[in-house]
Amino acid sequence: MVQSLDYLKETASQTAGPYVHIGLAPGAAGFKTFEQELGQIIAGPDVAGERIRVEGVVLDGTGAPVKDVLLEVWQADSAGIYPHPEDPRHAEVAPGFRGWGRIITDFDSGLWSFDTIKPGATPGRAGRLQAPHVSFWLVARGINIGLNTRMYFPEDDHSADPVLTSVEQPTRRKTLIATKTGLGSYRFDIRLQGDGETVFLDI
Amino acid sequence: MTPAEYYQRDRTLHPPAHHPGYKTSVARSPSLPLLTLQQTPSEITGPTFGHGDIGRLDNDLTLNFSHGGMPVGERIILHGRVLDENGRPVPKTLVEIWQANASGRYRHKKDVYLGALDPNFGGCGRTLTDETGYYFFRTIKPGPYPWMNYVNSWRPRHIHVSVFGASFSQRLITQLYFEGDPLIPLCPIVQTIPDPDAVQRLIAPMDLNASVPMDCLAYKFDIVLRGRRSTLFENRLGGN
Repeated sequence: MVQSLDYLKETASQTAGPYVHIGLAPGAAGFKTFEQELGQIIAGPDVAGERIRVEGVVLDGTGAPVKDVLLEVWQADSAGIYPHPEDPRHAEVAPGFRGWGRIITDFDSGLWSFDTIKPGATPGRAGRLQAPHVSFWLVARGINIGLNTRMYFPEDDHSADPVLTSVEQPTRRKTLIATKTGLGSYRFDIRLQGDGETVFLDI
Repeated sequence: MTPAEYYQRDRTLHPPAHHPGYKTSVARSPSLPLLTLQQTPSEITGPTFGHGDIGRLDNDLTLNFSHGGMPVGERIILHGRVLDENGRPVPKTLVEIWQANASGRYRHKKDVYLGALDPNFGGCGRTLTDETGYYFFRTIKPGPYPWMNYVNSWRPRHIHVSVFGASFSQRLITQLYFEGDPLIPLCPIVQTIPDPDAVQRLIAPMDLNASVPMDCLAYKFDIVLRGRRSTLFENRLGGN
């Protein structure tokens, strides 16, 4: 018999269901349990950088907004530093910068938004720089395993970004790039399937 | 230096995005292949949490929404360890749970099921694992409830579990089921998981050793997150 590899098996994912707010954002479910809800402030008021607001909707395959989705975002500060011990420069991260946000939609319209600062370019692999981006993770009823994607900014040079350039079909790259809607404001709609389906990442 | 990466996710253990038996997934699943990404600092980092994020009663669902009384139902302890695929503990990671009450009703403004709301039960809790990856909650065993997938679909008793891990790559949400529940093999959401052994690993056994005599029974639920290579050393090129 072949020897067995003694790794454990990863726990299987299950959908977060329609009531994910109870656990992760109980205020949105209509009650208060915790002193503070987590992920409400991505970049504190004293953090240097360009203040931005991002809004959008998540659309299903019929074009309808997903009104029960919960999103989490993760990003670097304006110098491209992540507040995490694995970032070699993490000691220099902007004070008050958490980099992580938890975002819920309006139950009637499906619209979501968050306020933050624009991230800087971050190191990628083999010394290649990645264009400024925000990482997204989505869960909802009907999503069996959380979906990862990224949002880039339209004004930046993407020609050398290792992720965008690895999207085989150039027309799909624009699904990862937000639209500028005003000074410091961006729109980023995510399409789960169908025309203009967003590129999702297997990270 | 390239930071140490997490192992590739074994997609055969996870439910596919599109699973017609679970109807809602049909319009909410990407139809094009995911873009395979080699991990970068954006993926191998993630939010960190500390005790400042957690309140004293956050892991006791029998008390954290009490309005002067105890919640109705069977009091239980839920405990276990968060490990990675290498068997290493995942310390100081945030574990969040949410669930229905003993009558199968969620405290959510969108839940209209006719089960009774419990004035002393909110249904959410959170905690941080200790240095050994250990966590525990006190709660009430949730009730089963009907849902509109097929007209007579019932969810088994279950608790939703969200775990952060040490990076954005390890992020996981799953559900815990209870040993002996006859609804488990009938549930369309459970059945989205293709591997029967992976389903078994979501079923928490009753743990009499961890129960508190004359107080409550316990259920044990270990959670395994993705493993990672350790930093390469010249004398250990395999990495681990």
